[in-house]
Amino acid sequence: MTKLYSFHGGVHPPSNKSQSTRTPIALAALPGKLVIPFHQHVGNIAKPLVKKGDRVLKGQLIGAPEDAVSSAIHASTSGTIAEIGMQIVAHASGLPDLCVTLIPDGKDEWINHQGMDYRSADESDIRLALRMAGVVGLGGAVFPSDLKLRVGKRKIKTLILNGAECEPYISCDDMLMRERAEEIVRGAEVIRHVLDAEQVLIGIEDNKPQAIAAMQRAASTSHDKMEVITIPTIYPGGGAKQLIRVLTGIEVAAGVRSTEKGVQCFNVATAQSVYRAVQFGEPLLSRIVTVAGNVTHPQNFEALIGTPLNELLALAGVLPDTDHYIMGGPMMGVVLPGATVSVVKSTNCVIAASDNLFPPPPAAMPCIRCTRCADVCPAELQPQDLYWFAKAKEFGKAQEYNLFDCIECGACSYVCPSHIPLVQYYRFAKSEIWARESEKNAADSARERFEFRSHRIEREKQERAEKLAVKEKAALAAKQPVVADMTQAAAPAADTNRITPDPIQEKIQAAIDRAKLQAVMVNPRNTVQLTAQQQAEIAEIEARRARIREHAQSEVEHHPKE
Amino acid sequence: MLSALLVMAAIAIVLGALLGFAAIKFRVEGNPLVDKIDAILPQTQCGQCSYPGCKPYATAIAAGEADINRCPPGGEEGIQKLADLLGVEFKPFGNETAAPKPKSVAIIDENTCIGCTLCIQACPVDAISGAAKQMHTIIAQECTGCELCIAPCPVDCISMIVIEEKITNWKWKYPTFPLVPA
Repeated sequence: MTKLYSFHGGVHPPSNKSQSTRTPIALAALPGKLVIPFHQHVGNIAKPLVKKGDRVLKGQLIGAPEDAVSSAIHASTSGTIAEIGMQIVAHASGLPDLCVTLIPDGKDEWINHQGMDYRSADESDIRLALRMAGVVGLGGAVFPSDLKLRVGKRKIKTLILNGAECEPYISCDDMLMRERAEEIVRGAEVIRHVLDAEQVLIGIEDNKPQAIAAMQRAASTSHDKMEVITIPTIYPGGGAKQLIRVLTGIEVAAGVRSTEKGVQCFNVATAQSVYRAVQFGEPLLSRIVTVAGNVTHPQNFEALIGTPLNELLALAGVLPDTDHYIMGGPMMGVVLPGATVSVVKSTNCVIAASDNLFPPPPAAMPCIRCTRCADVCPAELQPQDLYWFAKAKEFGKAQEYNLFDCIECGACSYVCPSHIPLVQYYRFAKSEIWARESEKNAADSARERFEFRSHRIEREKQERAEKLAVKEKAALAAKQPVVADMTQAAAPAADTNRITPDPIQEKIQAAIDRAKLQAVMVNPRNTVQLTAQQQAEIAEIEARRARIREHAQSEVEHHPKE
Repeated sequence: MLSALLVMAAIAIVLGALLGFAAIKFRVEGNPLVDKIDAILPQTQCGQCSYPGCKPYATAIAAGEADINRCPPGGEEGIQKLADLLGVEFKPFGNETAAPKPKSVAIIDENTCIGCTLCIQACPVDAISGAAKQMHTIIAQECTGCELCIAPCPVDCISMIVIEEKITNWKWKYPTFPLVPA
């Protein structure tokens, strides 16, 4: 038995997982339409590659990764692109984002795809394959997996597979480990190979005995040094830093990456999709989603990315008194803008919520500084201080107290006797700090551009002045030909430098001359080379004009001032 | 008596030389206060403070010639920061400056643009690209929203659009709770 360590704090909320693990993973029916957002990962939004009306095949690349931190987006099934536009997505903001609407044709026709032999392949090829397969962390952070495999010269000793799944209600990883342990272990072998890690540790909380048994069976078939470790159930034992601490005793300090300590951590579902992507060339098109809460049949579905949540909820039998939906668990999850949004890569769980299930919290009371939050904080922060700073918008102070080490696990809010929504304050403070940071960067770049522009204008002015001075000198020299001739005779080389007019000026002069010549050349065409008849006509007209003029003159003379 | 005087004189010369050397070696270029103030200002270079840019305004504040409440793009928060830095009282916006507006960027109606380059010459941060008789366009990421390009445009093809809240710039809101009657 491996020696286990423990992390600071933690809580024991009721797990509520057994309800959704009674039945195996069900394949969700092909929905009538799929809404696939182009931004389902950490980093830059993928660049759309299709247009309205295109027919796409299952697994076809429809969004290409942009820049280093990004990931690919694929068509989850074959069908026609009905629309590309802004639609409400599964995000706490409730704001729209760029999505593609795909109408499935029901054929589920795959695009050509093939895997690779990872043992003989180049590491960068494996990373590129994962990037183009859209593989991201499925534990909820959706960080591109190819970037986590890029560790440079750092030596990775331990690869940790995270199967802890500590958050209440969520059981997607549990069911995946029970049913697809083999694929997870194969995926772990791929990751271990790329990282060149010495050992693989698979951490699973002790409330999932079936998953532990299945994973142990699968791990025993591996040639790699792989060990399934049962860890005590405590929330948030599935946090990356917490799990690393429990399994290896390594404390990953603030601002330090776990790779610097020789540890890298992947979620079990991510390992499975790494396997599918490398072995078969299958992009990430579906994921396991737990549907739980206020439903008659809570269970896990394998749902295509882009499946509208209400279709999954209908399959689980959502009860009529449901009034809002939570994506993620009750501790860290976010309230969705509605059930019409679709499954994205980070949708591990959807909870139908009602006032019966989650009674609205009592009104928040003042903080009494009981420090119960500090007792349970797994990041060993001082949540009560952070709360004061965030509330007073003293963001600098909050940062000083390591606000950014907060993993927003919600343990502090869970134990707070005053029912203060602490995490909401931390999220507010974090996003304000980020916004200020980007504003500051924008201001710095504006300052730089302004200063450069001022400098450029100054320089141009100087250059013009210099040019003018040269020209004036040249004009002066031309006025005094004797002097010029003398200099020419004395130093022809220096003279050409000084007196030769500017080539631009020469060109202008040449253009003016050309224009003058043209003006001289042009003849008024209709008055030369006239026939005798035309000349006679003109003479007649002139005579008539003269008569009229004469007549008008005499009229004025005969009737003056009438 | 003489030796004491000599010793004192020698010490004075040595210390004086040291001080003189330090004054040259650790000389501070420019007024550091100006840079500190400039760092707080939003760098829109809009001239709403009546100075030709943020740096001149910062210099004027440092010299005590300008008030701290003349920068609408910086908002009241900017005034607060300046007040904290300079150790003076917060001063609300007066009547002589425009009211703060939501952050926006300029946009050129490319069908109307005649390519006169006047806006390019007006832009303080080179955020407009184009050439004579060519259509101009605004580099939105670099635009500070100073509105200096609007007045020179002879065909009025530039307008300001308020930056919308998108997922990428969305912020968690300050927690507020509705009062429920008991």
